[in-house]
Amino acid sequence: MIFLQLFYVFSKIGIFNFGGGYAMLSLIQDEVVNKHQWLTVNEFTDIVAISQSTPGPIGINCATYTGYTAVIHAGFPTWAAMLGAILASLSVIWLPFLLMVSISKFLLKHSKSKAINDIFSTLRLVIVGLIAAAAIMLMSKENFGNIGESPFVFFVSTTIFILAFLGTRLYKIHPILMILLCGLAGLLIY
Amino acid sequence: MGLYTEMFLTFAKIGSFTIGGGYAMIQMMEREVVEKKRWLDHEEFMNTLVVAQSTPGLFAIDMASHIGLKLKGIKGGIVAALATALPSIFSILLIAIFFQTFKDNVHVEKIFMGIRPCVVALILAPCFNMAKKAKINRRNWWIPLVSALLIAAFGVSPIWCILAAGIGGFIYGRLNS
Repeated sequence: MIFLQLFYVFSKIGIFNFGGGYAMLSLIQDEVVNKHQWLTVNEFTDIVAISQSTPGPIGINCATYTGYTAVIHAGFPTWAAMLGAILASLSVIWLPFLLMVSISKFLLKHSKSKAINDIFSTLRLVIVGLIAAAAIMLMSKENFGNIGESPFVFFVSTTIFILAFLGTRLYKIHPILMILLCGLAGLLIY
Repeated sequence: MGLYTEMFLTFAKIGSFTIGGGYAMIQMMEREVVEKKRWLDHEEFMNTLVVAQSTPGLFAIDMASHIGLKLKGIKGGIVAALATALPSIFSILLIAIFFQTFKDNVHVEKIFMGIRPCVVALILAPCFNMAKKAKINRRNWWIPLVSALLIAAFGVSPIWCILAAGIGGFIYGRLNS
């Protein structure tokens, strides 16, 4: 039952998401691309690009898009897919909200406690690993082209990757501008 | 205008005008909620940041729920959280419907072939600054490395890494005190 699965998976993604949108990507990828195969690697990468260039939290954007696509792939009509999109988005929110209702006062009182500090100092390091893993898993032949079959695509993709990385790190080019430039490059080169 | 309506409009505005995820909206939220509406003072806003950072969930939604809860209890929290999420849901729904019709277009595919490697670079780029902020050093550098390897090479669920980090950090802190 696709709707129950969406609810379960996105509730899980919501409650285990520490460290912001990028950290969430590896969780979403693990569940949505690897386990349930609701999206292909390409579709997932495209939705990350779209999320970065549209308003709102990346997690909600991904949930909405995945909910829609998963229900369409399961053979339902558009209106059911829209319901799936809304369901997936709300599933991400509800558990953290309940937690916020119950423990925000406690957390505020103990936010400087040693135990919380210990937990978060390790968690922050693991989150860096999570984000790196999301990037590594996207360095696939689907996104970069197969070096044997399509060396030209592979060469262009690798060049774009290196330039985009340097442009963001060294010249602080805005992500949206970077995405637009690379899209234009793709249109002109291929 | 009732407080609920005002809250709804303010958070919907924050949700619709912040591009690039959670941290981009801290400034805008502070301007709206602290400076314009004076719902919180600066210190209360900083507390909200702390709470949002130490609870799971989406950063922007966590911030909104906490502020809503403070102002009007559970109903206020629900209004603020939904208002922040709704603009995203609607804009992505429109794009999803549009994309379903255009994704097989040759030009759209070419554009996305250029964008995909760029996305990977955009995800990887902030890792280095984040590692610095997480106080990476000679004793703990293996932690991000091993978790990235477990997830990317061995297919371990990130959930296990998060749980292990929480429990491990707690125990390590206990042993060291």
